[in-house]
Amino acid sequence: MATTATPATPYLFHRHALVTRITHWINALAIVFLIGTGLNIFNAHPALYWGQFGADDDDARRWLEIGSADAPDGSAYGFLRIGSLTVHTTGVLGLSKGSNGQPSAIGYPGWATFPGVRDLATARNWHFFFAWVLILNGIAYYAYGLATGHLRRDLLPRLKELRPSNIVHDIVSHARLKFPKGEESKRYHILQKLAYGATVFVAIPAMIFTGLGMSPGINAAWPWLLELFGGRSSARSIHWIAANFIMVFILVHLLMVILAGPYNEIRSMITGKFRVDPEKA
Amino acid sequence: MTDSPKILTRRGLLGFGGVAAGGMLLSGCDKLLQSDKVNGVVRSAENATYRWQRLIGRDALAREFTAADMSPVFKANGTRDPQEPEYVAHAAEKFVNWKLAIGGLVSNPMTLSLAQLRQMPARTQITRHDCVEGWSAIGQWTGPQLGLLLKAAGLKTNARYIVFHCADNYGGELSKGGAQSTSIYYESIDLVDAFHPQTILAHGMNGAPLTVAHGAPVRMRIERQIGYKQAKYVMGIEAVSSLAGFGSGKGGYWEDRGYEWYAGI
Ligand code: HEM
Repeated sequence: MATTATPATPYLFHRHALVTRITHWINALAIVFLIGTGLNIFNAHPALYWGQFGADDDDARRWLEIGSADAPDGSAYGFLRIGSLTVHTTGVLGLSKGSNGQPSAIGYPGWATFPGVRDLATARNWHFFFAWVLILNGIAYYAYGLATGHLRRDLLPRLKELRPSNIVHDIVSHARLKFPKGEESKRYHILQKLAYGATVFVAIPAMIFTGLGMSPGINAAWPWLLELFGGRSSARSIHWIAANFIMVFILVHLLMVILAGPYNEIRSMITGKFRVDPEKA
Repeated sequence: MTDSPKILTRRGLLGFGGVAAGGMLLSGCDKLLQSDKVNGVVRSAENATYRWQRLIGRDALAREFTAADMSPVFKANGTRDPQEPEYVAHAAEKFVNWKLAIGGLVSNPMTLSLAQLRQMPARTQITRHDCVEGWSAIGQWTGPQLGLLLKAAGLKTNARYIVFHCADNYGGELSKGGAQSTSIYYESIDLVDAFHPQTILAHGMNGAPLTVAHGAPVRMRIERQIGYKQAKYVMGIEAVSSLAGFGSGKGGYWEDRGYEWYAGI
């Protein structure tokens, strides 16, 4: 019945180049540590502002805060405040169980941070080490991806892929947990391209440029960088927003790997070989 | 379908392995901190950052703002009211008998009164202060350039760092975490920052004499570095060839407690 030349038996297809695989895992390691240390850094001043500056008294500039307070009955609770919206987050944000088992007033809980206790000095040492790793590894990845056309060919969405009908079709097949088989499984479909593209072309560069922009030394050398983001407190806010995007991306990415077949997917990122199954299993 | 049981076991193993590795990662991460080798590699990033920033902007000026950009309230942090008897006595007399000592590897060691410092040509700059905790504030600072004083004192050729000795016995801050203990605050910078035109001994802030909360009578402004470098309550300035003899030898109160000596980020 098949009209395509798909072989009837599964076969291995060389999916990921060596450079892609190496930079992928270095990137994964760096980002795990950048998130853990970043959340620890955030805990030193768990509030975000818009503009050139922002500190305790700048209420009008503060748009996000994680903290703890006392309820009228005297019990402590943790909260996340965004604008005028306050959500109680006891147990996770603002107030959580500390390493001694007692409730502790801290932004992000110890299990989400690196180190697992409040330690701004170590968190900064490690954040800036892995910032270097992320940037150097990123340069290798982008240079390779541009030179070989990998970025343009495999990650950049084509105009016709962006047609609403195609996007809707992809959303529907994802919702039904139907992943492409055969030849179709060899390339990224539109939702995948949008997720990877937003991460590779927007979120990671945003992390790097807001991170560099916040450095007072870089700010002196390249003042235009911070202006691009509207000032240091804005850059810090955007750094946090992009970090959240990356955290959501990682969760969805891991979920998709598990749903699409973790053995084949993970093998393809280690050995490069991806098993292509025929259209009808 | 025939080989699916095998795939399932492989998948199962892989999934189990993944979860186990994740769990080990989380609980084992903090163990990494105990390895000197790992810490050595991680701490090498500071030198890379230092060299890189000197390369791209050795003489670059920190951005200066206008009066309209200033923070309505400039947060005072760290020590806000030193309790050391010598300092308390100086503060009670409005610092009329306070003297700044400039010494170490200089050919003309000298002491300067606050009145003398105020008579020197001053630089006024509106800059952004970036605290290591994550907040920022914009304020105006006035005072003589450190470079001017060092030229008058005549730096010897073997001088490599400038150390600032402060009046306050500081005990750290919860939000900054880590190993914290009490000792006299001090700081240090290299000669590039020492002779940078925006590096001043600020005796004025926001158009008024510097207040005790912000470091009276004199505090440092080293505009291309983080807040903890901006030593308050400066009593002495010493030119040295090595930082080994001070505190734990890392070049500053916070540096001795794990923070980077080069705090350009
Ligand atoms: C995927 C990469 C990264 C992630 C997930 C990440 C995450 C975070 C988070 C969550 C924070 C604390 C909240 C905030 O200030 O926004 C933070 C702080 C910071 N990050 Fe990153 N980061 C990343 C990459 C970088 C890079 C490449 C640099 C530098 C080149 C950098 C420099 C900084 C700085 C300077 C701060 C401290 C800001 C402050 O509180 O003063 N980050 N990071």
